[in-house]
Amino acid sequence: MNLEKLPKFTFWRGVLVVILAAGFYSTLLRFTKGLGAATHLSDRFPWGLWIGFDVICGVGLAAGGFTLAATVYVFNLRRFHPVLRPSILTAFLGYALVAVALLYDLGRPYNIWHPLIMWNPHSVMFEVAWCVMLYLTVLALEFSPAVFEHFRMQKPLKLFKAITIPLVIAGVLLSTLHQSSLGSLFLIVPSKLHPYWYSPLLPLFFFISAVGTGMGIVIFESNLSARAFGRELEMPLLAALGRAMAVVLGLYGILRLQDLWRRGALVHLREPSTETVLFALEMVLGLLTPLFMLLFRRVREDREGLFAAAVLVITGFLLNRLNVSITGLEYSAHAHYFPKWTEVAVTLSMVGMMFLCFALAVRYLNVFEAEPSGEMRGVEA
Amino acid sequence: MSKAILVDTTRCVGCQRCVAACKLVNGLLKGSRSDFLTTDSLRTLGPDTDLALDETGDDELSANALNVVQTRGSVYVRRFCMHCQDPTCVSVCPVGAFRKTAAGPVVYEEERCMGCRYCMMACPFGVPRYEWNKVLTPRVKKCNMCAPRQAKGLKPACTEVCPVQAGIFGEREDLMREAETRLRQEPAKYLQYVYGEQEVGGTSVLYLSAVPFEGLGLPVNLPHDALPTYTWRVLSEIPTEVALGGALLGGIWWITKRREEVAKAEREGGKRP
Repeated sequence: MNLEKLPKFTFWRGVLVVILAAGFYSTLLRFTKGLGAATHLSDRFPWGLWIGFDVICGVGLAAGGFTLAATVYVFNLRRFHPVLRPSILTAFLGYALVAVALLYDLGRPYNIWHPLIMWNPHSVMFEVAWCVMLYLTVLALEFSPAVFEHFRMQKPLKLFKAITIPLVIAGVLLSTLHQSSLGSLFLIVPSKLHPYWYSPLLPLFFFISAVGTGMGIVIFESNLSARAFGRELEMPLLAALGRAMAVVLGLYGILRLQDLWRRGALVHLREPSTETVLFALEMVLGLLTPLFMLLFRRVREDREGLFAAAVLVITGFLLNRLNVSITGLEYSAHAHYFPKWTEVAVTLSMVGMMFLCFALAVRYLNVFEAEPSGEMRGVEA
Repeated sequence: MSKAILVDTTRCVGCQRCVAACKLVNGLLKGSRSDFLTTDSLRTLGPDTDLALDETGDDELSANALNVVQTRGSVYVRRFCMHCQDPTCVSVCPVGAFRKTAAGPVVYEEERCMGCRYCMMACPFGVPRYEWNKVLTPRVKKCNMCAPRQAKGLKPACTEVCPVQAGIFGEREDLMREAETRLRQEPAKYLQYVYGEQEVGGTSVLYLSAVPFEGLGLPVNLPHDALPTYTWRVLSEIPTEVALGGALLGGIWWITKRREEVAKAEREGGKRP
């Protein structure tokens, strides 16, 4: 055997192997012994990490895709084009993660197609199911030109050029519905979700924060890929995104605070509870700090500063989603939930697979395009 | 007109006969004690029927206990599905696996279920339970108010075996009248409130109590609106949102494209296209 042909063994590859092995064991456990054996879910706590993180956070983290697609194609801000394709790829991988996570979490995964024929338009979950199916399709189509280019297939490229705009608009509409519907999921639990997080405006909050975080993701991922693939950073573009992110965060902050004030939820701040700590963390660390940082041009135009702000925004987003879907429900469930290691292993494996797929796509397809040549330029969505 | 159950917690003596009867007719007894598939689910029962009382005593509802009697201080309180008038589980299920029947019971069809457990998340009373350890065909489990028995003209098993009439079965309107009569006749004994009359839009299980309902473990922070209205308010706007959103985005695209064309034409020194 020729050892030189094998991939080099680096630290991160080692970590990935360990994670995937643990994930493989957990997968076997889940599908041979059931949810009870593979998770810490219970009758009091029927949703855990796989829904709270993989599905609800996964969808949110994919928000960079539709935000940038709208920016480039609908608002015609072409200069953002260089960061569009990697965001579409991230969004596609994020949604794939959601779909796979659902197969683990559903008690009867072989019935996942039932919403296609068994309709209940009164159910937010029905809306969610359709959004996942349709938007995953749209994202696959939006990314497909990269594949067609690779195989030099001119005909499909031309075809896709013709339907770019309707496709992008459909994607934006589906994303808007889907991001907000994840918030709507929790409108039905007014007596269960802590007042810090329950609000009739949940769908709006979920949508706005997804747009803000979508920009954060683009900044975050541009930095990481610049480091990993030795590319130049599109700093002026990212600084502009940072400014837009500040505007969105500001709007979100104002809406959130006035809603908390109007509902009288801020009185709970006097209670020294876990909820208060988590709420304060979410608001200060994930919202106010990055917002303050981004107000300064010096921070926005500084590579490290902007990266730090983006990381904080993403952290705040994750905290918010986990608070709404898990910790904010603990006080009424009179139960504590902490994921079993096998749940964590499955989640980490899927995130690992996402990174792996991203790296492979970058290696074999034209993800970070240099100016594409005239004839080859299809739909770079 | 639909059927309901009135539970008078001041009458319950905690004998657990309703729990044993429930296990019998739902095939939840261990080993061969239940002849479920043949006769048990539809057999006639009475206050004297011999029941497997040694298999009762669960504190909490579970996939094997769809009806439990809890001890709260000196009071016994029976907990099972409330069979809401406008049930949250029916509205949240993406595949319509739950249905409120005209007769009153809220029933579940396992063939439709994909196991997302949104019903468990959403139920304001925390009733639905899951078969966590089944690998291939886990089901959501909850009381169905003995819908199959009702279809045969029988009463729910739990109300048939009660020796003290702590749980009675009848038309909801009749039971409401009965509850109000009891409150009026013994105002000193009862808290003047029928739990379930208005909670989340009204339920088909009604409770009377001498002590505050909070002390019985029943949620007291529920709105009087049916919860499905909370999500329908948003869901019903979707067609409008899609139409307006599509028009808006299309309009913006048209304007930005036109602007680009004009700018290009002017750069090239020609006339406006």
